Amino acid sequence: MDALVEVPTPATTTPMKPIASPETEQQDVKIVSRNVDVFYGDKQALDKVSLDINANEVTALIGPSGCGKSTYLRCLNRMNDTISICRVDGTIEIEGEDIYDPGLDVVELRARVGMVFQKPNPFPKSIYENIAYGPRIHGLTRDKQELDSLVEASLQRAGLWDEVKDRVHEPGTGLSGGQQQRLCIARAIATQPDIILMDEPCSALDPIATAKIEELMHELRENYTIVIVTHSMAQAQRVSQRTAFFHLGELVEFGDTEQIFKNPSDPRTESYISGRIG
Amino acid sequence: MNMHQSPEMTPENASGRTSVHKTDDAKRRLKKRYAFETRFKFFGIFAIALAATALFWLLSTVVGKSLGAFHETYITLPVELAAEKIDAKGNRDPKDIRAGNFSGAIKASLRQAFPYITKRRDKLKLYKMVSNGAELSLRERVMRDPSIIGTTQTVRLLASDDVDLYMKGYEGSLEARDVSGVATPLGTTGKVRIIVESNSFSSILARVKDELRDKAQRFRDQARREARGIRVFQRRIDTLPSDADPALRTDYEGRITAYENRRQSLIESAQALEKKANTPGGTEQVSSALPSFFLAINGGVVKITRVSPDAVEGQTLVPLSSDAPAADGSWQLLVNPQSEAGRRIRDAQTTWVEELRKAGAIDTTFNTRFFTAADSREAETAGIWSSAAGSFWTMLVTFFLSFPIGVAAAIYLEQFAPKNRITDFIEVNINNLAAVPSIVFGLLGLAVVIEFLGNDVFGRDLRSTALAGGIVLALMSLPTIIIASRAAIKAVPPSIKEAALGVGASNVQAVFHHVLPLAMPGILTGTIIAMAQALGETAPLLMIGMVAFITEVPGSPMDNASVLPVQIFRWSDFPERAFEMRTAAAILLLLGFLVIMNAIAVLLRKRFERRW
Repeated sequence: MDALVEVPTPATTTPMKPIASPETEQQDVKIVSRNVDVFYGDKQALDKVSLDINANEVTALIGPSGCGKSTYLRCLNRMNDTISICRVDGTIEIEGEDIYDPGLDVVELRARVGMVFQKPNPFPKSIYENIAYGPRIHGLTRDKQELDSLVEASLQRAGLWDEVKDRVHEPGTGLSGGQQQRLCIARAIATQPDIILMDEPCSALDPIATAKIEELMHELRENYTIVIVTHSMAQAQRVSQRTAFFHLGELVEFGDTEQIFKNPSDPRTESYISGRIG
Repeated sequence: MNMHQSPEMTPENASGRTSVHKTDDAKRRLKKRYAFETRFKFFGIFAIALAATALFWLLSTVVGKSLGAFHETYITLPVELAAEKIDAKGNRDPKDIRAGNFSGAIKASLRQAFPYITKRRDKLKLYKMVSNGAELSLRERVMRDPSIIGTTQTVRLLASDDVDLYMKGYEGSLEARDVSGVATPLGTTGKVRIIVESNSFSSILARVKDELRDKAQRFRDQARREARGIRVFQRRIDTLPSDADPALRTDYEGRITAYENRRQSLIESAQALEKKANTPGGTEQVSSALPSFFLAINGGVVKITRVSPDAVEGQTLVPLSSDAPAADGSWQLLVNPQSEAGRRIRDAQTTWVEELRKAGAIDTTFNTRFFTAADSREAETAGIWSSAAGSFWTMLVTFFLSFPIGVAAAIYLEQFAPKNRITDFIEVNINNLAAVPSIVFGLLGLAVVIEFLGNDVFGRDLRSTALAGGIVLALMSLPTIIIASRAAIKAVPPSIKEAALGVGASNVQAVFHHVLPLAMPGILTGTIIAMAQALGETAPLLMIGMVAFITEVPGSPMDNASVLPVQIFRWSDFPERAFEMRTAAAILLLLGFLVIMNAIAVLLRKRFERRW
């Protein structure tokens, strides 16, 4: 069930040179991935992806359907482990720690790397219980009061508090789609992660709800490192500082968002952003 | 669909060609399609109507047959609880009272109620009108309150099933027939002859003569069969080769003679009967295959045994008050259209029941005993409580074994097990087990539970206990529960589990905190359906001895027990009509339980059904 892990060389001893990321030196690098291959059975979904993700930035992963961007995202919190035929090679390090190390506890990793899914998936429980679940299983709070304030803080962080403060004990599934997605973000925040992964978080939402989530991402960037997979190039431009373009399982181009959209260096990137492929 | 007829669609398209959908061929094809649809709908409605009719027929038959079981008959009589009979030692020791002669007390009170019944055979018939259950309940009553010993109490005595059935009209009832003229009885007791001035009895005589003719016809049919035997042997003699053993010929001839003799005597008998039947008047015997005829005259009742147009002979069942001639209209001819040979209650008993009815000493009330009593060999005292309790204990064992094991297996297979050949093999086998005939599980239970665990579990023999039955039914229910639970778990959207994993829940936490609660309604539905199936299961329980005759209500799973469907099976084997009714009533009850269980399953599904 667990992915096979190959660790060819200790990551710390090799100097890492990410492709097409000129400003790495000025920023803290949060996630370092080298030569990540992902296989679903015999099918290769990702081919030698090497990517550095900076702290306190929004990194957007774009590309046509089936290009491997979601697969890459799910490698970052080892969500691919749940797929028994999935195999991950290469190294991914978060703050210098290899997350595919057999000694690493995947539960702890997922507490540090929160995730927001494509479709809002609140637990069919109350709003309060949705938020409180993570802190409770990790034992983050000592008593009910602390938990209450953590729930409130998380909802506030996600910009949902004012809308739901009178009905936190009502089912989370009763909220609108956009509210549900913000609830899921609040749920991710509540476990106090460093990194938040978002897998097309706005694909099921209307433009107004999308705008709210995008605004939220701007605010969250101060405290969290955010990686977002999106199909909308406009959204990538609006929310991200850096953008990676994937195509057919390959990382084609990675760089500042402005540069990628204004002045792509790879013809495939240009074709994609101008709508010729994809 | 009506696009083809819509006015916007012109028969010709832009290029001027006729559309392929507008040709006559196309119209024919369309018509054919509609015809098929109509046919299909008709077949569907027909199938549903057939099923509904079958269901209605089944239910109405069961309900109709069971109706008689819900009432019971009591004979109310004063019973003298003589101290010397019930408590000879006089110290009111419960042990002595238990051994008291209650049946003697009841018999004495019956004799007192019918002082004119003196013949031993008649007395036996009289005693049989009261059930053994009456003795038991009288004993219980006296045990509860020994102070009534020595007094005379009015006691409601449970009637036997024959009397009960007669009271409910299942064994025919007395109908009055038109008679006229003055009737003169010759005598008041024993065999009496009653002469009337009219030919009031000619209709009875006609019935009797019809019967004689029928009998003669049967003799003639038999005679024809004998004649066929003669022909067969005659042919054999004719075809015997000339060198055949002469002994053979002698043997054949002897047989022919025997056939001929029988034929002759049958024909003679038939002729004699026909002669009797065709001679007007005369006196004839009333056979027990005919309806029973009674004469109620001068306060007595006479069972008619011989009849002529203007006189009858018979046995007095209730003595006449006098042999004075009875005026026209003061006497009655009563008929029970059901012949005595075709029913269990005797003519004398029906007469006495009518006497009791006249005295207001017999009545029919709602039968609570059926719901509270244990099984019995007497239909009137048999109840379903022991088997209902047995079913309860068995289901309890089944549930507590199959539910945890089944759900655990389902969770493991669905959420934790690696997908490989071994798990595939297990899955296929679980699915196949669900289709294994239940009797096979019974065999397994016999081999494993009874033979292997042996006859010493907590010092008890496991045979025919609810525990053994529960284990066998649990084995049988497991595949159903596992399959239903797996389906329910699979139906929980993976996004919920992903959400839990996403906030750092471990696999076990994600399953037990989120997946399992959401799958629970489906799991419970499957479990209830499996339980309902187990509740109605008979075959495997027969194998492990749960077909036993249980007269005590089981108090624990370790007691010998029977279950409802086995009880039904056992009762259905008894020839008594009263048991037939109780069988139907028990079926109704079992169906009721099943409907309730399925209703709970439906409610659970409706109540907790979630849509994502």
